[in-house]
Amino acid sequence: MNIDLIFSIINIVLIATTPLVFASIGELVTEKSGVLNLGVEGMMLVGAVTAFVTLVITNNYFLTFLFGMLSGLLMSSLFAFLVLILLSNQVATGLALTIFGIGLSSMIGKKYIGTPIEGVNPYYFIILSFFVVYAVNQFLYKTKPGLILRAVGESHISAHAQGYNVIKIRFLSIAFGGLMCGLAGAYMSIAYAPMWQENMVAGRGWIALALVVFATWKPGRALLGAYIFGSVSILQMNLQGFGVRIPAQFFVMAPYLATIIVLVIISSDRLRIKLSAPACLTIPFFRGR
Amino acid sequence: MRIIINYLLVLPIALIWSSIVIADPLKVGYIYIGPPGDHGWTYEHDQGRKYSVNKLGDAITTTYLENIPENADAVRAIRKLASSGHELIFTTSFNYMDQTLEVAKEFPNVKFEHATGYKRADNVSTYSARFYEGRAIIGHIAGHMTKTNTIGYIASFPIPEVIRGINAFYLAASKVNPDIKIKIIWNFSWYDPGKEADAANTLIGQGADIIVQHTDTYAPCQAAEKAGVMAFGQASDQSAFCPNAHLTAIIDDWGPYYAERTEAVLNGTWKSQDTWHGMKEGMVVMSPYHTGLMPSKLIQEAVNMEVAIKNGSLHPFTGPIKNQAGEIVVPAGSVADDGMLAGMSFYVEGIDGDIPQ
Repeated sequence: MNIDLIFSIINIVLIATTPLVFASIGELVTEKSGVLNLGVEGMMLVGAVTAFVTLVITNNYFLTFLFGMLSGLLMSSLFAFLVLILLSNQVATGLALTIFGIGLSSMIGKKYIGTPIEGVNPYYFIILSFFVVYAVNQFLYKTKPGLILRAVGESHISAHAQGYNVIKIRFLSIAFGGLMCGLAGAYMSIAYAPMWQENMVAGRGWIALALVVFATWKPGRALLGAYIFGSVSILQMNLQGFGVRIPAQFFVMAPYLATIIVLVIISSDRLRIKLSAPACLTIPFFRGR
Repeated sequence: MRIIINYLLVLPIALIWSSIVIADPLKVGYIYIGPPGDHGWTYEHDQGRKYSVNKLGDAITTTYLENIPENADAVRAIRKLASSGHELIFTTSFNYMDQTLEVAKEFPNVKFEHATGYKRADNVSTYSARFYEGRAIIGHIAGHMTKTNTIGYIASFPIPEVIRGINAFYLAASKVNPDIKIKIIWNFSWYDPGKEADAANTLIGQGADIIVQHTDTYAPCQAAEKAGVMAFGQASDQSAFCPNAHLTAIIDDWGPYYAERTEAVLNGTWKSQDTWHGMKEGMVVMSPYHTGLMPSKLIQEAVNMEVAIKNGSLHPFTGPIKNQAGEIVVPAGSVADDGMLAGMSFYVEGIDGDIPQ
């Protein structure tokens, strides 16, 4: 073990984990307001393809990430309209959003597959991801709007009675989730592996969703969880490369196993998980009640 | 009078109808594991499909279903093609094997062609390419080109095709460079650009200066380009994405085979068979060698190897070959037979680590 190798491992872990951080922190805010959006994977894919296509057309990195994020926002707004205004089922709508996102991104990206592009240094986004987690934590637990957002997630009826606009607050939380998923997707197609390939998010959206539960809806823990997952998956590659004689399937399974084990430990205290899960998660709100 | 008018009206319609029936083109279906634009495995199958369309023209129409996972979904996808009038269906990935046979049993009149598999039936043929011939050539090149004597190899699933590739590569590489070490990472996926880039970067971090892949996207090659090391493309020429790293690539050329088999169905001569073509038949082709990176002497050696493989004077699995335990599996003076190659499930001597079971 020399110092170069350690740096190289840390480098790869940072690069590989960042999309999980963005997506899970966005979803965490959405869920804190009491809405479960299972469309993370779909929003990430649309963000990835939009960013890629923007870069090919405009060759402007600012616009690339702006449009990537806005496309995530647009997808999440569609979801927000369906679940908040039309009161559709959140789980079903979220799943539909993912399926829609897979199809839509393939369609948009069809013409652009295999266009070589110049990637961007991932470190800007790695630093940004830590900042976003810190900011979200401060916002949720140190500011009044953050308190209101949490109140909406805990008891939308009380928040409504207090005079807060539940629909508007939830809409904004969902929109933030969309922005972050769009950013995570854009990061994947521009910085992580600079290319557009159909379905290139490859399940990371679902891992981000699991991480939110793993984190018991706490931003710091979401960051920690993402890094546990990322580190174990990169470490297993290193062990394989060094020829450690443990079945490789075990290595591939390891990050999921580690996540599940921690999940079990955290949720063993039923009261604790009950206390930190937003009480109104997935429960629709309408004014008449 | 009225009857005559009716006849006159009906006659053209009947004529058009019958001509449609006569000229009804043969419907050929393809099942792809990825999108045709992956610039890797599926891309070449799609090029093959297009080749057959160009060659046979109006006599056929083709349909393809892309991104079909290698699970129960594949059954539905294959059945969808079979039940919608497709008479010949190509399933283009190893793990469609049982699914193909399952559907083939339900549709005895439809002909199936399964790529890289080994299970056949009266209406199921198998076909594959001798990719290992190309792997031997890139092994030879890697043995000469590496400075750190460390090769990083990104593998997908521990199936005979992939293991055969690793062995062919290592045998050729260690022949020219006995000190060479090969580091293998099994990704357990054909298609995840992020993970492939991670694996490439991990191997580069461990000192590999040449990246070899047996996965489907050009992410490893791109990672090599970024890190300033060398790589080989997979399945198609990927030099556009890594112009300064891309030594050469093994290209799969399915076109002539697809055209030939489709024509056989048209002529009614299609029979269930097992096809395993290599460089000789043109199913495995090397993409242009990188003249800037490789010395011209080495390029000449690689070209000579191609010639020798084509005329049969060189077989990548020529004895003596030992397995990891040091037992002789191919005695000196003979070559591995196709049965051994098709079921290969051991590493040759000199490769560290175990094959995941």
